[in-house]
Amino acid sequence: MSNGLSQIITITASNLRSVSERKAASIVAVAGIAGVVAILVGVLSMREGFRATLDQAGAKDVAIVLRSGSAAELSSGLTLDQTRIISGASSIVQKNGVPAASPELYVIVDVPMRSTGTEANVPLRGVGAQATRVRSKFKLIQGRMFTPGRFEVMVGRGAASQFAGLEVGKSVRWGTTDWDVVGMFEDGGSVSESEIWTDATVLQGAYRRGSSFQSVRVQLGSPSAIKSFKDELSVDPRLNVRVLSEYEYFSEQSKSLSTLINAVGYTVALLMGLGAIFGALNTMYSAVSARTREIATLRALGFGAWPVVSSVVTESMLLGLLGGVIGCLIAYLGFNGIRASTLNFASFSQITFAFAVTPALLAKGLLYALALSFIGGIMPGIRAARLPITSGLREL
Amino acid sequence: MSTLVRIHELTKNFQRGSELVQVLQRLDLEIPQGDFLALMGPSGSGKSTLLNLIGGLDRPTSGSIEVAGHDISKLNDTALGRWRADNVGFVFQMYNLLPALTAQGNVELPLLLTSLSASERRQRAAAALQLVGLSERAQHKPRELSGGQEQRVGIARAIVSDPTLLLCDEPTGDLDRKSGDEVLDLLQALNDQQGKTIIMVTHDPRAAERARRVLHLEKGQLVRESV
Ligand SMILES: Nc1ncnc2c1ncn2[C@@H]1O[C@H](COP(=O)(O)OP(=O)(O)OP(=O)(O)O)[C@@H](O)[C@H]1O
Ligand SMILES: [Mg+2]
Repeated sequence: MSNGLSQIITITASNLRSVSERKAASIVAVAGIAGVVAILVGVLSMREGFRATLDQAGAKDVAIVLRSGSAAELSSGLTLDQTRIISGASSIVQKNGVPAASPELYVIVDVPMRSTGTEANVPLRGVGAQATRVRSKFKLIQGRMFTPGRFEVMVGRGAASQFAGLEVGKSVRWGTTDWDVVGMFEDGGSVSESEIWTDATVLQGAYRRGSSFQSVRVQLGSPSAIKSFKDELSVDPRLNVRVLSEYEYFSEQSKSLSTLINAVGYTVALLMGLGAIFGALNTMYSAVSARTREIATLRALGFGAWPVVSSVVTESMLLGLLGGVIGCLIAYLGFNGIRASTLNFASFSQITFAFAVTPALLAKGLLYALALSFIGGIMPGIRAARLPITSGLREL
Repeated sequence: MSTLVRIHELTKNFQRGSELVQVLQRLDLEIPQGDFLALMGPSGSGKSTLLNLIGGLDRPTSGSIEVAGHDISKLNDTALGRWRADNVGFVFQMYNLLPALTAQGNVELPLLLTSLSASERRQRAAAALQLVGLSERAQHKPRELSGGQEQRVGIARAIVSDPTLLLCDEPTGDLDRKSGDEVLDLLQALNDQQGKTIIMVTHDPRAAERARRVLHLEKGQLVRESV
């Protein structure tokens, strides 16, 4: 039919001009969709931030060596001899004859959260002089490094902001030992920033670990060197170890949490989305029923079902778009950059990260809003187009 | 005069729950080109039903309706819509103007279904408004008009695409006597001067007097004809 577009435009414009007469219902629909989009984007931004943190943490040219069969550092264990053999591998980067290999110890301590005051698990990592060589972004930002042999710690930036009593100059008590906080560091936003570091030898003593370690981190020449490094260690009969890149390690660690955040996020968004669809449906049904006689008149004049349906759907989607934009704004202003910490189930330690409301997420939110409002509009639209004209004309 | 509408054994039933409502029963009717026919009868006798069937808004249970030689009961929904746009102008008791559009916009509506350009549509609508004497009200919204003015806009909308048939269901039913007379003057002029074929449902004998013929519908049958 000719003039199809102007039919749709005229009818839609006429609809939209009557939106003000249906203000309350329209506001409910817009608010419903805005809420759903804000929550969806919020939850996904949490996942995004979480993933970004783990991505930062995972260098592909740094390998972690654990005891074979260990999923995480916490359950791993390596003897001093084993760490020496590992450190001797030829693929490890050398500087002044010293391999960039860092045997490390990993225990969990309880520290109260700033926000709630409740105690949470924080990793206390025992490191040696090589620790900073396998973490290229490491930077001391306050105070100094701990002195080997003393009960001193330095705290990651994330840990310091999330947990109470970790300010430089303060002293904390874990078990029967008092520790002095002497410095604060950052590590390019990685998981290390959620940790507290001390001298490995001191930690071995304090936690009766003898001379054992839990992992060795090594710097390789390139990401591809991991294969030869793995091969080299696997043929050594004195070792029974598991080698993986730091990147692999963290993706593995975060898999369950990412899955959980995803599942929770999408479930919440889905449930709320259903609510929003009902809101939109309700709005559009009332919009349509308020206009039943108008629609019947248009159809009596010879307008087809298609312009009627598309005008109802267009109106619904414009409301949805408005709701989506508002929801995105709320999510952006409300969530972007917020720091949070969460328990990493695999390592039973806290990871701090910032919510990241990315453009891709905003686009996703808008798309979701449009999808919701499309569904909310199409059904009343079809119903309006199907109602017998003579019934519509009798409507008051 | 040639016959424009030929109705043969027209039957229309409605299903209301389990009850079958028999509204029109084997009704025959011929309407010549240029006629001005008034349909009268008690409430519920099926006047609107008959008018809607002639206008292609509804379909007969059985029987045929030929308009200008075409059996409209054989058209599908899309074709029927196009047929209405080309052949029928409706005037409703409650005017049924779109409240968001101006008088001009309302009159232009049926022309959106034609291939006319925007400026041609504007000119035609303006001419139709002039014919009903409402040129100065072209930019007014329906709620800024009196009932009589609204109905004249309704008539302008009905005639703007130059339809074969003008169907009016109680066009003066909601108007005071003076406005009603103006509307009837207009319809009569359209019939006399432009030869428009008009079928008008009415309860008002004064309105029916304006027509060339008056038919009475009772219990699904045409019972009496007064000329
Ligand atoms: N869609 C429908 N479904 C069921 N019954 C209907 C339907 N449309 C009309 N009817 C019935 O058909 C009968 C005739 O209705 P119609 O509207 O044609 O009467 P009318 O003569 O125009 O009356 P009025 O003078 O009150 O306008 C009535 O009994 C009405 O209830
Ligand atoms: Mg009636």
